[in-house]
Amino acid sequence: MKLKGKAFKYGSNVDTDAIIPARYLNLHQPEELAAHCMEDIDLDFIKKVEKGDFIVADFNFGCGSSREHAPLAIKSAGISCVVAKSFARIFFRNAINIGLPLLECEQAPDNIKSGDLIEADLASGNITNLTTGQTFKAKPYPDFMMQIVKAGGLVEYTKQRLSGEK
Amino acid sequence: MTLSEKILAAHTGREKVSPGEFINVKVDLVLSNDITAPIAIKEFNRLGVASVFDPTRVVMVPDHFCPNKDIQSAEQAKMMREFALKHKIVYFEIGQMGIEHVILPEKGLVLPGDVVVGADSHTCTYGALGAFATGMGSTDIAVAMATGEIWMKVPPSIKFIFHGKTGKWVGGKDLILYTIGQIGVDGALYSAMEFHGDAVDSLPMDGRFTMANMAIEAGAKAGIFHVDAKTRRYLKGRASRNYIEYTADTNAEYARVIEYDATAIEPQIAFPHLPSNTRPVSRAGNIKIDQVVIGSCTNGRLDDLRLAASLLKDRKVYAGVRCIIIPGSQQIYMDALKEGLIEIFIKAGAVVSTPTCGPCLGGYMGVLAAGERCLSTTNRNFVGRMGHPSSEVYLANPAVAAATAIMGRIADPQELAA
Repeated sequence: MKLKGKAFKYGSNVDTDAIIPARYLNLHQPEELAAHCMEDIDLDFIKKVEKGDFIVADFNFGCGSSREHAPLAIKSAGISCVVAKSFARIFFRNAINIGLPLLECEQAPDNIKSGDLIEADLASGNITNLTTGQTFKAKPYPDFMMQIVKAGGLVEYTKQRLSGEK
Repeated sequence: MTLSEKILAAHTGREKVSPGEFINVKVDLVLSNDITAPIAIKEFNRLGVASVFDPTRVVMVPDHFCPNKDIQSAEQAKMMREFALKHKIVYFEIGQMGIEHVILPEKGLVLPGDVVVGADSHTCTYGALGAFATGMGSTDIAVAMATGEIWMKVPPSIKFIFHGKTGKWVGGKDLILYTIGQIGVDGALYSAMEFHGDAVDSLPMDGRFTMANMAIEAGAKAGIFHVDAKTRRYLKGRASRNYIEYTADTNAEYARVIEYDATAIEPQIAFPHLPSNTRPVSRAGNIKIDQVVIGSCTNGRLDDLRLAASLLKDRKVYAGVRCIIIPGSQQIYMDALKEGLIEIFIKAGAVVSTPTCGPCLGGYMGVLAAGERCLSTTNRNFVGRMGHPSSEVYLANPAVAAATAIMGRIADPQELAA
Protein backbone atom coordinates (compact mmCIF):
# COMPACT_ATOMS: atom_id res chain seq x y z
CA MET A 1 0.00 0.00 0.00
CA LYS A 2 1.40 3.41 -1.04
CA LEU A 3 0.84 6.42 1.17
CA LYS A 4 1.36 9.99 0.08
CA GLY A 5 1.16 13.35 1.84
CA LYS A 6 3.09 16.27 3.27
CA ALA A 7 5.29 16.04 6.34
CA PHE A 8 4.83 17.57 9.78
CA LYS A 9 8.30 17.47 11.33
CA TYR A 10 9.01 17.26 15.08
CA GLY A 11 12.06 16.58 17.29
CA SER A 12 12.82 13.88 19.85
CA ASN A 13 10.71 12.73 22.82
CA VAL A 14 7.31 13.89 21.55
CA ASP A 15 5.28 12.60 24.50
CA THR A 16 1.67 11.46 24.50
CA ASP A 17 0.68 14.49 26.63
CA ALA A 18 1.85 16.61 23.69
CA ILE A 19 -0.01 14.41 21.19
CA ILE A 20 -3.25 14.61 23.19
CA PRO A 21 -3.25 16.60 26.45
CA ALA A 22 -4.82 14.79 29.41
CA ARG A 23 -7.43 17.51 29.84
CA TYR A 24 -9.16 15.90 26.84
CA LEU A 25 -9.06 12.36 28.22
CA ASN A 26 -12.61 12.81 29.45
CA LEU A 27 -13.33 12.10 25.76
CA HIS A 28 -12.69 8.88 23.87
CA GLN A 29 -14.26 9.25 20.42
CA PRO A 30 -11.39 9.44 17.87
CA GLU A 31 -12.78 12.47 16.02
CA GLU A 32 -13.21 14.44 19.29
CA LEU A 33 -9.62 13.63 20.23
CA ALA A 34 -8.30 14.52 16.77
CA ALA A 35 -9.57 18.10 17.18
CA HIS A 36 -6.92 18.63 19.88
CA CYS A 37 -4.08 16.58 18.41
CA MET A 38 -0.62 18.15 18.98
CA GLU A 39 -2.13 21.43 20.17
CA ASP A 40 0.25 22.08 23.09
CA ILE A 41 3.33 21.97 20.82
CA ASP A 42 1.85 22.91 17.43
CA LEU A 43 -1.38 24.88 17.23
CA ASP A 44 -1.22 24.86 13.41
CA PHE A 45 -1.17 21.07 13.08
CA ILE A 46 -4.89 20.49 13.20
CA LYS A 47 -5.58 23.52 10.94
CA LYS A 48 -3.17 22.34 8.23
CA VAL A 49 -3.31 18.54 8.37
CA GLU A 50 -4.92 16.79 5.40
CA LYS A 51 -5.80 13.17 4.83
CA GLY A 52 -2.70 11.14 3.94
CA ASP A 53 -0.15 13.44 5.63
CA PHE A 54 2.85 12.17 7.61
CA ILE A 55 4.26 12.94 11.03
CA VAL A 56 8.06 12.70 10.92
CA ALA A 57 10.05 12.83 14.16
CA ASP A 58 13.40 12.01 15.73
CA PHE A 59 13.92 9.61 18.65
CA ASN A 60 11.46 8.14 21.18
CA PHE A 61 8.22 9.30 19.56
CA GLY A 62 5.17 8.72 21.78
CA CYS A 63 6.92 8.45 25.15
CA GLY A 64 5.07 8.80 28.45
CA SER A 65 1.48 7.89 29.19
CA SER A 66 0.03 4.67 27.74
CA ARG A 67 -3.05 6.50 26.46
CA GLU A 68 -4.26 4.86 23.25
CA HIS A 69 -6.02 8.17 22.68
CA ALA A 70 -2.68 9.37 21.22
CA PRO A 71 -2.47 7.12 18.13
CA LEU A 72 -6.29 7.32 17.81
CA ALA A 73 -6.07 11.14 17.66
CA ILE A 74 -3.24 11.02 15.09
CA LYS A 75 -5.04 8.47 12.91
CA SER A 76 -8.37 10.28 13.10
CA ALA A 77 -6.68 13.60 12.23
CA GLY A 78 -5.89 12.00 8.86
CA ILE A 79 -2.20 11.10 9.33
CA SER A 80 -1.45 8.04 7.18
CA CYS A 81 1.86 7.08 8.79
CA VAL A 82 4.37 8.19 11.44
CA VAL A 83 8.05 8.00 10.49
CA ALA A 84 10.55 8.28 13.36
CA LYS A 85 14.11 7.33 14.31
CA SER A 86 12.64 5.33 17.22
CA PHE A 87 9.32 4.86 18.99
CA ALA A 88 8.43 4.51 22.67
CA ARG A 89 7.28 0.93 23.19
CA ILE A 90 3.71 1.40 24.42
CA PHE A 91 2.98 3.87 21.62
CA PHE A 92 4.41 1.38 19.11
CA ARG A 93 2.10 -1.40 20.35
CA ASN A 94 -0.91 0.88 20.45
CA ALA A 95 -0.38 2.15 16.91
CA ILE A 96 0.02 -1.34 15.48
CA ASN A 97 -2.98 -2.56 17.47
CA ILE A 98 -5.30 0.14 16.09
CA GLY A 99 -3.90 0.06 12.55
CA LEU A 100 -1.85 3.28 12.42
CA PRO A 101 1.23 2.47 10.30
CA LEU A 102 4.64 3.36 11.76
CA LEU A 103 7.97 3.29 10.00
CA GLU A 104 11.22 3.27 11.96
CA CYS A 105 14.11 4.79 10.05
CA GLU A 106 17.25 6.54 11.32
CA GLN A 107 18.07 8.42 8.11
CA ALA A 108 14.75 9.72 6.79
CA PRO A 109 13.90 12.25 9.55
CA ASP A 110 17.24 14.08 9.07
CA ASN A 111 16.38 14.54 5.40
CA ILE A 112 12.73 15.57 5.65
CA LYS A 113 11.49 19.10 6.43
CA SER A 114 8.01 20.22 7.37
CA GLY A 115 5.98 20.61 4.20
CA ASP A 116 8.03 18.15 2.10
CA LEU A 117 5.92 15.75 0.05
CA ILE A 118 6.46 12.18 1.18
CA GLU A 119 5.58 8.81 -0.29
CA ALA A 120 5.89 5.56 1.63
CA ASP A 121 5.36 1.96 0.64
CA LEU A 122 4.50 -0.13 3.68
CA ALA A 123 5.25 -3.44 1.97
CA SER A 124 8.80 -2.55 0.97
CA GLY A 125 9.47 -0.04 3.76
CA ASN A 126 10.62 2.54 1.20
CA ILE A 127 10.18 6.17 2.21
CA THR A 128 10.67 8.74 -0.59
CA ASN A 129 10.97 12.46 -0.11
CA LEU A 130 9.33 13.56 -3.37
CA THR A 131 10.45 17.15 -2.74
CA THR A 132 14.16 16.20 -2.76
CA GLY A 133 14.01 12.90 -4.59
CA GLN A 134 15.79 10.95 -1.84
CA THR A 135 14.65 7.45 -0.84
CA PHE A 136 15.20 5.73 2.50
CA LYS A 137 14.58 2.23 3.79
CA ALA A 138 12.66 1.63 7.04
CA LYS A 139 13.34 -1.27 9.40
CA PRO A 140 11.08 -4.19 8.39
CA TYR A 141 8.38 -5.30 10.85
CA PRO A 142 9.14 -8.59 12.60
CA ASP A 143 7.05 -11.44 11.08
CA PHE A 144 4.90 -11.72 14.19
CA MET A 145 3.92 -8.04 14.10
CA MET A 146 3.29 -8.22 10.36
CA GLN A 147 0.56 -10.79 11.10
CA ILE A 148 -1.20 -8.23 13.35
CA VAL A 149 -0.77 -5.51 10.73
CA LYS A 150 -2.12 -7.80 7.99
CA ALA A 151 -5.10 -8.84 10.11
CA GLY A 152 -5.98 -5.14 10.46
CA GLY A 153 -5.15 -4.74 14.15
CA LEU A 154 -5.03 -6.74 17.35
CA VAL A 155 -8.79 -7.18 17.77
CA GLU A 156 -9.14 -8.69 14.29
CA TYR A 157 -6.01 -10.81 14.81
CA THR A 158 -7.37 -12.12 18.12
CA LYS A 159 -10.81 -12.80 16.61
CA GLN A 160 -9.15 -14.94 13.94
CA ARG A 161 -7.16 -16.78 16.59
CA LEU A 162 -10.21 -17.36 18.77
CA SER A 163 -12.29 -18.67 15.87
CA GLY A 164 -9.39 -20.95 14.88
CA GLU A 165 -9.40 -22.50 18.35
CA LYS A 166 -13.10 -23.37 18.23
CA MET B 1 18.21 -16.07 32.80
CA THR B 2 17.54 -12.66 34.35
CA LEU B 3 14.70 -12.14 36.83
CA SER B 4 12.37 -10.90 34.09
CA GLU B 5 13.25 -13.79 31.75
CA LYS B 6 12.58 -16.32 34.56
CA ILE B 7 9.10 -14.93 35.18
CA LEU B 8 8.25 -14.66 31.48
CA ALA B 9 9.47 -18.20 30.77
CA ALA B 10 7.29 -19.55 33.59
CA HIS B 11 4.26 -17.74 32.14
CA THR B 12 4.92 -19.09 28.68
CA GLY B 13 5.31 -22.69 29.79
CA ARG B 14 8.87 -22.84 28.54
CA GLU B 15 12.23 -23.71 30.04
CA LYS B 16 13.89 -20.67 28.60
CA VAL B 17 13.17 -17.40 26.81
CA SER B 18 15.67 -15.00 25.25
CA PRO B 19 15.60 -11.24 24.55
CA GLY B 20 13.95 -10.37 21.25
CA GLU B 21 11.70 -13.46 21.12
CA PHE B 22 7.97 -12.92 20.60
CA ILE B 23 6.00 -14.91 23.16
CA ASN B 24 2.42 -15.34 24.24
CA VAL B 25 2.31 -14.74 28.00
CA LYS B 26 -0.32 -15.84 30.51
CA VAL B 27 -1.21 -12.91 32.75
CA ASP B 28 -2.05 -13.00 36.46
CA LEU B 29 -3.76 -9.62 36.64
CA VAL B 30 -5.19 -7.16 34.10
CA LEU B 31 -5.79 -3.54 35.08
CA SER B 32 -7.44 -0.44 33.66
CA ASN B 33 -8.74 2.90 34.96
CA ASP B 34 -11.47 5.43 34.23
CA ILE B 35 -9.65 6.99 31.26
CA THR B 36 -8.30 3.83 29.62
CA ALA B 37 -11.16 1.42 30.40
CA PRO B 38 -13.77 3.05 28.11
CA ILE B 39 -11.67 2.28 24.99
CA ALA B 40 -10.75 -1.16 26.38
CA ILE B 41 -14.46 -1.93 26.91
CA LYS B 42 -15.32 -0.83 23.36
CA GLU B 43 -12.60 -3.11 21.96
CA PHE B 44 -13.56 -5.95 24.33
CA ASN B 45 -17.13 -5.78 23.00
CA ARG B 46 -15.82 -5.92 19.42
CA LEU B 47 -14.02 -9.19 20.27
CA GLY B 48 -17.41 -10.83 20.68
CA VAL B 49 -16.59 -12.84 23.81
CA ALA B 50 -19.24 -13.26 26.50
CA SER B 51 -17.10 -12.85 29.60
CA VAL B 52 -13.68 -11.95 30.94
CA PHE B 53 -11.18 -14.81 31.30
CA ASP B 54 -11.33 -14.74 35.12
CA PRO B 55 -13.27 -12.03 37.00
CA THR B 56 -10.96 -12.32 40.03
CA ARG B 57 -8.00 -11.35 37.84
CA VAL B 58 -9.48 -8.29 36.11
CA VAL B 59 -9.32 -5.00 38.01
CA MET B 60 -10.75 -1.55 37.29
CA VAL B 61 -10.02 1.50 39.42
CA PRO B 62 -11.73 4.90 39.04
CA ASP B 63 -8.81 7.12 40.05
CA HIS B 64 -7.74 9.51 37.30
CA PHE B 65 -10.69 11.90 37.02
CA CYS B 66 -12.62 10.46 39.99
CA PRO B 67 -14.48 11.52 42.11
CA ASN B 68 -15.86 12.68 38.76
CA LYS B 69 -14.49 16.05 37.74
CA ASP B 70 -17.06 16.86 35.07
CA ILE B 71 -19.98 15.38 33.15
CA GLN B 72 -17.83 13.66 30.53
CA SER B 73 -15.64 12.06 33.22
CA ALA B 74 -18.79 10.94 35.00
CA GLU B 75 -20.00 9.26 31.80
CA GLN B 76 -16.69 7.41 31.40
CA ALA B 77 -16.68 6.36 35.06
CA LYS B 78 -20.27 5.16 34.65
CA MET B 79 -19.39 3.11 31.58
CA MET B 80 -16.58 1.43 33.55
CA ARG B 81 -18.75 0.84 36.63
CA GLU B 82 -21.49 -0.82 34.58
CA PHE B 83 -18.97 -3.12 32.88
CA ALA B 84 -17.35 -3.97 36.24
CA LEU B 85 -20.67 -4.83 37.87
CA LYS B 86 -21.91 -6.81 34.87
CA HIS B 87 -18.77 -8.94 34.71
CA LYS B 88 -18.34 -9.11 38.53
CA ILE B 89 -14.67 -8.13 38.28
CA VAL B 90 -12.56 -6.55 41.03
CA TYR B 91 -13.69 -2.93 41.28
CA PHE B 92 -13.09 -0.25 43.89
CA GLU B 93 -15.89 2.30 44.21
CA ILE B 94 -15.28 5.83 45.51
CA GLY B 95 -14.85 5.37 49.26
CA GLN B 96 -12.71 2.26 48.83
CA MET B 97 -10.86 3.59 45.80
CA GLY B 98 -7.21 4.63 45.91
CA ILE B 99 -4.63 5.37 43.23
CA GLU B 100 -4.42 2.09 41.29
CA HIS B 101 -0.70 1.47 41.75
CA VAL B 102 -0.96 2.19 45.46
CA ILE B 103 -4.07 0.15 46.15
CA LEU B 104 -3.32 -3.05 44.20
CA PRO B 105 -0.19 -3.91 46.22
CA GLU B 106 -1.87 -2.70 49.42
CA LYS B 107 -4.76 -5.13 48.91
CA GLY B 108 -2.39 -8.00 48.16
CA LEU B 109 -3.66 -8.34 44.58
CA VAL B 110 -0.17 -8.22 43.03
CA LEU B 111 2.38 -10.79 44.14
CA PRO B 112 5.99 -11.75 43.45
CA GLY B 113 6.43 -13.74 40.25
CA ASP B 114 3.20 -12.40 38.72
CA VAL B 115 2.87 -11.06 35.21
CA VAL B 116 0.67 -7.96 35.38
CA VAL B 117 -0.47 -5.86 32.44
CA GLY B 118 -2.29 -2.58 32.87
CA ALA B 119 -3.69 0.12 30.64
CA ASP B 120 -1.59 2.65 32.48
CA SER B 121 2.07 3.29 31.83
CA HIS B 122 2.94 3.23 35.55
CA THR B 123 1.84 -0.40 35.89
CA CYS B 124 5.59 -1.06 36.12
CA THR B 125 5.30 0.00 39.80
CA TYR B 126 4.63 -3.61 40.84
CA GLY B 127 8.19 -4.59 39.93
CA ALA B 128 8.96 -3.50 43.49
CA LEU B 129 7.32 -6.75 44.60
CA GLY B 130 9.29 -8.92 42.20
CA ALA B 131 6.49 -9.07 39.64
CA PHE B 132 6.95 -8.51 35.91
CA ALA B 133 4.52 -5.66 35.35
CA THR B 134 4.15 -3.48 32.31
CA GLY B 135 1.92 -0.78 30.86
CA MET B 136 0.07 -1.24 27.59
CA GLY B 137 -2.76 0.41 25.71
CA SER B 138 -6.48 -0.17 25.93
CA THR B 139 -6.72 -2.62 23.00
CA ASP B 140 -3.99 -4.83 24.49
CA ILE B 141 -5.85 -4.79 27.79
CA ALA B 142 -9.14 -5.70 26.05
CA VAL B 143 -7.48 -8.78 24.58
CA ALA B 144 -5.86 -9.69 27.91
CA MET B 145 -9.23 -9.32 29.69
CA ALA B 146 -10.85 -11.63 27.15
CA THR B 147 -8.15 -14.28 26.81
CA GLY B 148 -5.89 -14.06 29.88
CA GLU B 149 -2.94 -13.84 27.51
CA ILE B 150 -1.00 -11.16 25.68
CA TRP B 151 1.89 -11.08 23.22
CA MET B 152 5.20 -9.66 24.35
CA LYS B 153 8.69 -9.30 23.03
CA VAL B 154 11.14 -10.57 25.66
CA PRO B 155 13.06 -7.47 26.75
CA PRO B 156 16.81 -7.37 27.27
CA SER B 157 17.62 -6.66 30.94
CA ILE B 158 19.88 -3.91 32.23
CA LYS B 159 21.35 -4.45 35.69
CA PHE B 160 21.67 -1.34 37.85
CA ILE B 161 23.81 -1.62 40.99
CA PHE B 162 23.64 1.16 43.58
CA HIS B 163 26.60 0.90 45.94
CA GLY B 164 26.78 2.30 49.47
CA LYS B 165 24.40 4.05 51.81
CA THR B 166 22.25 6.96 50.70
CA GLY B 167 22.22 10.33 52.49
CA LYS B 168 19.52 11.32 54.94
CA TRP B 169 17.22 13.13 52.50
CA VAL B 170 17.83 10.78 49.59
CA GLY B 171 15.20 8.17 48.76
CA GLY B 172 14.01 5.95 45.94
CA LYS B 173 12.86 9.04 44.02
CA ASP B 174 16.38 10.42 43.93
CA LEU B 175 17.97 7.12 42.87
CA ILE B 176 15.57 6.76 39.97
CA LEU B 177 15.68 10.46 38.92
CA TYR B 178 19.48 10.31 39.03
CA THR B 179 19.43 7.16 36.89
CA ILE B 180 17.06 8.71 34.32
CA GLY B 181 19.27 11.81 34.29
CA GLN B 182 22.25 9.60 33.46
CA ILE B 183 20.71 7.32 30.82
CA GLY B 184 18.00 9.60 29.37
CA VAL B 185 14.27 9.19 28.79
CA ASP B 186 14.95 6.44 26.25
CA GLY B 187 18.03 5.04 28.00
CA ALA B 188 16.26 1.78 28.84
CA LEU B 189 13.88 1.74 25.85
CA TYR B 190 12.19 -1.69 25.45
CA SER B 191 14.36 -3.07 28.32
CA ALA B 192 13.76 -4.37 31.82
CA MET B 193 15.64 -2.47 34.54
CA GLU B 194 16.76 -4.84 37.29
CA PHE B 195 17.72 -3.01 40.49
CA HIS B 196 20.49 -4.24 42.81
CA GLY B 197 22.90 -3.00 45.48
CA ASP B 198 23.13 -2.05 49.18
CA ALA B 199 21.33 1.25 48.63
CA VAL B 200 18.40 -0.60 47.09
CA ASP B 201 18.43 -3.37 49.72
CA SER B 202 18.14 -0.78 52.48
CA LEU B 203 15.24 1.04 50.79
CA PRO B 204 11.84 0.53 52.42
CA MET B 205 9.12 -0.98 50.20
CA ASP B 206 7.61 2.46 49.60
CA GLY B 207 10.93 3.64 48.14
CA ARG B 208 11.12 0.60 45.89
CA PHE B 209 7.61 1.26 44.56
CA THR B 210 8.77 4.79 43.70
CA MET B 211 11.79 3.48 41.78
CA ALA B 212 9.95 0.79 39.84
CA ASN B 213 7.16 3.30 39.11
CA MET B 214 9.46 5.56 37.13
CA ALA B 215 11.16 2.85 35.03
CA ILE B 216 8.80 3.91 32.22
CA GLU B 217 10.32 7.41 32.37
CA ALA B 218 13.53 5.82 31.03
CA GLY B 219 11.47 4.08 28.33
CA ALA B 220 11.67 0.70 30.09
CA LYS B 221 9.15 -2.10 29.78
CA ALA B 222 9.60 -3.00 33.45
CA GLY B 223 11.58 -2.12 36.56
CA ILE B 224 12.11 -5.06 38.87
CA PHE B 225 13.50 -5.98 42.30
CA HIS B 226 14.26 -9.32 43.92
CA VAL B 227 12.11 -10.44 46.83
CA ASP B 228 13.76 -10.11 50.26
CA ALA B 229 12.74 -10.07 53.94
CA LYS B 230 11.16 -6.61 53.51
CA THR B 231 9.01 -7.80 50.62
CA ARG B 232 7.86 -10.86 52.60
CA ARG B 233 7.03 -8.71 55.61
CA TYR B 234 5.02 -6.36 53.38
CA LEU B 235 3.08 -9.29 51.91
CA LYS B 236 2.32 -10.97 55.22
CA GLY B 237 -1.38 -10.68 55.90
CA ARG B 238 -1.99 -9.09 52.48
CA ALA B 239 -1.20 -11.75 49.87
CA SER B 240 -4.44 -12.97 48.34
CA ARG B 241 -2.85 -16.13 46.85
CA ASN B 242 0.31 -18.21 47.03
CA TYR B 243 3.28 -16.88 45.14
CA ILE B 244 6.63 -17.96 43.73
CA GLU B 245 9.88 -16.10 44.37
CA TYR B 246 12.09 -16.08 41.28
CA THR B 247 15.78 -15.25 41.31
CA ALA B 248 18.08 -14.22 38.48
CA ASP B 249 20.72 -16.84 37.64
CA THR B 250 24.26 -15.98 38.64
CA ASN B 251 25.26 -16.36 34.99
CA ALA B 252 22.31 -14.35 33.66
CA GLU B 253 23.08 -12.28 30.58
CA TYR B 254 22.51 -8.55 30.85
CA ALA B 255 22.56 -6.12 27.93
CA ARG B 256 24.45 -3.72 30.21
CA VAL B 257 25.54 -3.48 33.83
CA ILE B 258 25.53 0.07 35.20
CA GLU B 259 26.95 0.89 38.63
CA TYR B 260 26.44 4.04 40.69
CA ASP B 261 27.94 5.31 43.95
CA ALA B 262 24.76 6.01 45.93
CA THR B 263 26.70 7.87 48.64
CA ALA B 264 27.39 10.63 46.11
CA ILE B 265 23.76 11.09 45.03
CA GLU B 266 22.04 14.22 46.39
CA PRO B 267 18.30 14.87 46.36
CA GLN B 268 17.48 15.37 42.67
CA ILE B 269 15.29 17.90 40.87
CA ALA B 270 14.04 17.16 37.36
CA PHE B 271 13.66 20.53 35.62
CA PRO B 272 11.12 21.15 32.87
CA HIS B 273 10.33 19.53 30.48
CA LEU B 274 11.78 16.00 30.77
CA PRO B 275 12.30 13.68 33.75
CA SER B 276 15.90 13.28 32.54
CA ASN B 277 16.66 16.99 32.94
CA THR B 278 17.97 16.48 36.47
CA ARG B 279 20.21 18.49 38.78
CA PRO B 280 21.17 17.98 42.42
CA VAL B 281 19.11 20.24 44.70
CA SER B 282 22.25 22.17 45.67
CA ARG B 283 22.48 23.40 42.09
CA ALA B 284 18.79 24.21 41.64
CA GLY B 285 19.28 27.96 42.05
CA ASN B 286 16.60 30.36 43.26
CA ILE B 287 13.37 29.11 41.72
CA LYS B 288 10.13 30.50 43.10
CA ILE B 289 7.22 28.08 43.21
CA ASP B 290 3.46 28.70 43.07
CA GLN B 291 2.30 25.20 43.96
CA VAL B 292 3.58 22.02 45.61
CA VAL B 293 1.94 18.62 45.11
CA ILE B 294 2.77 15.70 47.40
CA GLY B 295 1.14 12.45 46.34
CA SER B 296 0.57 10.25 43.25
CA CYS B 297 1.39 6.64 42.35
CA THR B 298 5.03 7.69 42.65
CA ASN B 299 5.09 9.27 46.12
CA GLY B 300 1.66 9.07 47.77
CA ARG B 301 2.46 6.33 50.30
CA LEU B 302 2.69 6.49 54.08
CA ASP B 303 6.51 6.84 54.22
CA ASP B 304 6.22 9.77 51.79
CA LEU B 305 3.63 11.51 53.97
CA ARG B 306 5.68 10.87 57.12
CA LEU B 307 8.72 12.43 55.48
CA ALA B 308 6.77 15.51 54.40
CA ALA B 309 5.17 15.80 57.86
CA SER B 310 8.57 15.64 59.61
CA LEU B 311 9.42 18.93 57.90
CA LEU B 312 5.98 20.59 57.91
CA LYS B 313 5.47 19.97 61.65
CA ASP B 314 5.18 23.30 63.49
CA ARG B 315 5.98 25.19 60.30
CA LYS B 316 3.82 27.05 57.77
CA VAL B 317 3.46 26.79 54.03
CA TYR B 318 4.97 29.96 52.49
CA ALA B 319 2.46 32.77 51.96
CA GLY B 320 0.87 32.50 48.54
CA VAL B 321 2.02 28.93 47.87
CA ARG B 322 -0.64 26.24 47.39
CA CYS B 323 0.46 22.96 48.98
CA ILE B 324 -1.74 20.02 47.94
CA ILE B 325 -1.26 16.69 49.70
CA ILE B 326 -2.96 13.55 48.38
CA PRO B 327 -2.74 10.25 50.28
CA GLY B 328 -2.66 7.40 47.75
CA SER B 329 -5.38 5.28 49.35
CA GLN B 330 -8.08 5.34 52.02
CA GLN B 331 -5.88 3.12 54.22
CA ILE B 332 -2.95 5.54 53.91
CA TYR B 333 -5.31 8.45 54.62
CA MET B 334 -6.56 6.67 57.75
CA ASP B 335 -3.04 5.73 58.91
CA ALA B 336 -1.88 9.31 58.34
CA LEU B 337 -4.87 10.54 60.33
CA LYS B 338 -4.10 8.20 63.25
CA GLU B 339 -0.44 9.21 63.26
CA GLY B 340 -1.40 12.89 63.37
CA LEU B 341 0.09 13.65 59.95
CA ILE B 342 -3.13 15.10 58.55
CA GLU B 343 -3.35 17.52 61.48
CA ILE B 344 0.25 18.60 60.84
CA PHE B 345 -0.56 19.26 57.17
CA ILE B 346 -3.70 21.24 57.88
CA LYS B 347 -2.06 23.29 60.63
CA ALA B 348 0.78 24.07 58.22
CA GLY B 349 -1.75 25.45 55.75
CA ALA B 350 -1.72 22.58 53.25
CA VAL B 351 -4.86 21.13 51.70
CA VAL B 352 -5.46 17.37 51.97
CA SER B 353 -7.47 15.60 49.27
CA THR B 354 -9.19 12.28 48.83
CA PRO B 355 -7.07 9.87 46.70
CA THR B 356 -6.94 10.80 43.01
CA CYS B 357 -4.41 11.08 40.16
CA GLY B 358 -6.02 14.48 39.39
CA PRO B 359 -3.25 17.10 39.37
CA CYS B 360 -0.41 14.85 38.09
CA LEU B 361 -1.84 14.85 34.57
CA GLY B 362 -3.48 18.26 34.67
CA GLY B 363 -6.90 16.75 35.26
CA TYR B 364 -8.17 18.63 38.29
CA MET B 365 -7.35 19.35 41.98
CA GLY B 366 -4.41 21.60 41.15
CA VAL B 367 -4.30 22.56 37.46
CA LEU B 368 -1.69 25.25 36.66
CA ALA B 369 -2.35 28.64 35.02
CA ALA B 370 -0.11 30.16 32.32
CA GLY B 371 3.45 30.66 33.54
CA GLU B 372 2.89 29.03 36.95
CA ARG B 373 5.48 26.73 38.48
CA CYS B 374 4.81 23.59 40.48
CA LEU B 375 7.22 21.37 42.35
CA SER B 376 5.67 17.95 42.46
CA THR B 377 6.44 14.46 43.77
CA THR B 378 4.78 13.03 40.65
CA ASN B 379 6.53 11.42 37.69
CA ARG B 380 6.27 13.63 34.58
CA ASN B 381 7.13 17.24 33.77
CA PHE B 382 6.31 17.34 30.06
CA VAL B 383 5.02 20.54 28.40
CA GLY B 384 1.48 21.18 29.68
CA ARG B 385 1.49 18.07 31.88
CA MET B 386 -0.19 19.80 34.84
CA GLY B 387 -2.08 22.50 33.01
CA HIS B 388 -1.33 25.45 30.71
CA PRO B 389 1.32 24.72 28.07
CA SER B 390 3.46 27.56 29.45
CA SER B 391 3.36 26.27 33.05
CA GLU B 392 6.34 24.39 34.49
CA VAL B 393 6.70 21.23 36.58
CA TYR B 394 9.74 20.31 38.68
CA LEU B 395 9.95 16.76 40.04
CA ALA B 396 11.45 15.88 43.42
CA ASN B 397 11.11 13.71 46.52
CA PRO B 398 8.56 14.47 49.30
CA ALA B 399 11.19 16.00 51.65
CA VAL B 400 12.29 18.49 48.98
CA ALA B 401 8.61 19.14 48.23
CA ALA B 402 7.83 19.92 51.88
CA ALA B 403 10.92 22.14 52.25
CA THR B 404 9.94 23.92 49.03
CA ALA B 405 6.39 24.50 50.28
CA ILE B 406 7.81 26.10 53.43
CA MET B 407 10.44 28.25 51.69
CA GLY B 408 8.37 29.26 48.65
CA ARG B 409 11.28 28.32 46.37
CA ILE B 410 13.00 25.06 45.53
CA ALA B 411 14.75 24.17 48.79
CA ASP B 412 17.03 21.52 50.21
CA PRO B 413 15.51 19.89 53.33
CA GLN B 414 18.95 20.30 54.87
CA GLU B 415 18.33 24.06 55.06
CA LEU B 416 15.47 23.47 57.51
CA ALA B 417 17.21 20.76 59.48
CA ALA B 418 20.26 22.93 60.16
